[in-house]
Amino acid sequence: MPFFTPGDDPGSSFPELLRRIGLTSHSTMTASSVPGHELSVPHATTCVALKFADGVVMAGDRRATSGNLISHRAMEKVVQADRHSAVAIAGAAGPAMEMVKMFQLQLEHYEKVEGNALSLEGKANQLSSMVRSNLPAAMQGMVVVPIFAGFDLRRGAGRLWDFDATGGRYEERDFVSTGSGSLHASTVMKVGYQPELSRDDALQLACRSLWEAADADSATGGPDVVRGIYPVVAAIDVDGWERIDDDELVTRFDSIREEASHR
Amino acid sequence: MSQPFYVAPEQMMKDRADYARKGIARGRALVALRYTEGLVIVAENGSDTLRKVSEIYDRIAFAGVGKYNEFDQLRVAGVRAADLKGFQYSRDDVDARSLANSYAQMLGNIFTHEMKPMEVEILVAEVGLVEAGDQMFHLLYDGTVVDARDYAAIGGDAEAVRERLAETWTAGLDRSAAVRVGLNALSGPDRDIAAAELEVAELSRGNGRRCFSRIDATTLADILA
Repeated sequence: MPFFTPGDDPGSSFPELLRRIGLTSHSTMTASSVPGHELSVPHATTCVALKFADGVVMAGDRRATSGNLISHRAMEKVVQADRHSAVAIAGAAGPAMEMVKMFQLQLEHYEKVEGNALSLEGKANQLSSMVRSNLPAAMQGMVVVPIFAGFDLRRGAGRLWDFDATGGRYEERDFVSTGSGSLHASTVMKVGYQPELSRDDALQLACRSLWEAADADSATGGPDVVRGIYPVVAAIDVDGWERIDDDELVTRFDSIREEASHR
Repeated sequence: MSQPFYVAPEQMMKDRADYARKGIARGRALVALRYTEGLVIVAENGSDTLRKVSEIYDRIAFAGVGKYNEFDQLRVAGVRAADLKGFQYSRDDVDARSLANSYAQMLGNIFTHEMKPMEVEILVAEVGLVEAGDQMFHLLYDGTVVDARDYAAIGGDAEAVRERLAETWTAGLDRSAAVRVGLNALSGPDRDIAAAELEVAELSRGNGRRCFSRIDATTLADILA
């Protein structure tokens, strides 16, 4: 059982605790490691997030690719971080998943040690420092670029952030997307976005943006009707995270397909 | 050259135990008891911010009586141990028994090696996947571990509280009934405890991954009404 003297106490930080007891939390890759693009590790692709009147909607496709091969068809890139926030990741799948796991642990650890949860801005800051500490790996091609979104209980509004590989943290006003299909996805959102969207419209717009990204980007997966694999779509409002179930997504994507067939 | 006075080891241990017991007896008691969906912990605590009961892990709760700063140190150490174990192995591998053993080791070590023993008693409770898996461990200031199955009481006057629980606790209580049984055991026949003086939390099988939740003032008022 870890016990520290007052001056040596790692406080409420889980990564710091890991360092104190000799378990390093982050990637140990050095500059001499093999370049990532030669390793051809699985890469996760398109994720989007947008605000609506009562919160935020996040969505991400399910495909991971290694070069021109599909390596996973059912990867979940939009992940609940805690009750009122979620992360979406694009980039090297392995380090990204490890980062999400560490992020979830840190939020829960903080909440338990301190007795109340970190503020939404504090959570975004935590994620930023995790992305920054991945920089050596990013230089080797293992870039991880997340989106962070959640409901800010103090301000009573949804908020979203995106990050760059150096840990740069940028709060976005309306919508954001990341990954290989992000150009197409954000164009769809740019055209369809309005302030104070209803939840229903926001969900539909998120689905639509993923559909168009999958349509134009080979690394982004569309709804897989054969296997019954649909994107992960979730809404976060004052009551917390809610993942939209597949039945609802089937209806939404059917209507998009219907519309697309008349083009 | 001055010689230190000789103190017999028996005397030394007895003095330390008396010292710790005195500190604990001053504090107010808390109880934990099983109900159909899990466990409730009812503590007499006037403070809204300095908690006696808190979450350690998905299915594990912690409760402490005695000196606040000392049991809070133990609480944080428990959260760290549990999170580390869950990180290194898996969330399923974190259990109350091994946590209780670590606590026992630590308390025993402090009791014999430090200047002053910890003036605390703690309770580590775990809610199982099924009712048969519920368990509680009661730890004393010197590292003694006692396991309890259906109910436990720690703190000042715990013996009397435990006797009352033995009379009133039955299997198959629902949550509200369990809270009332706990409250009556705490207060005894000659005393009333106001709802504002209570800290109530539960470990419930129906709460999803994180079973721990606090029962807030409005819910508590409904239960006690």
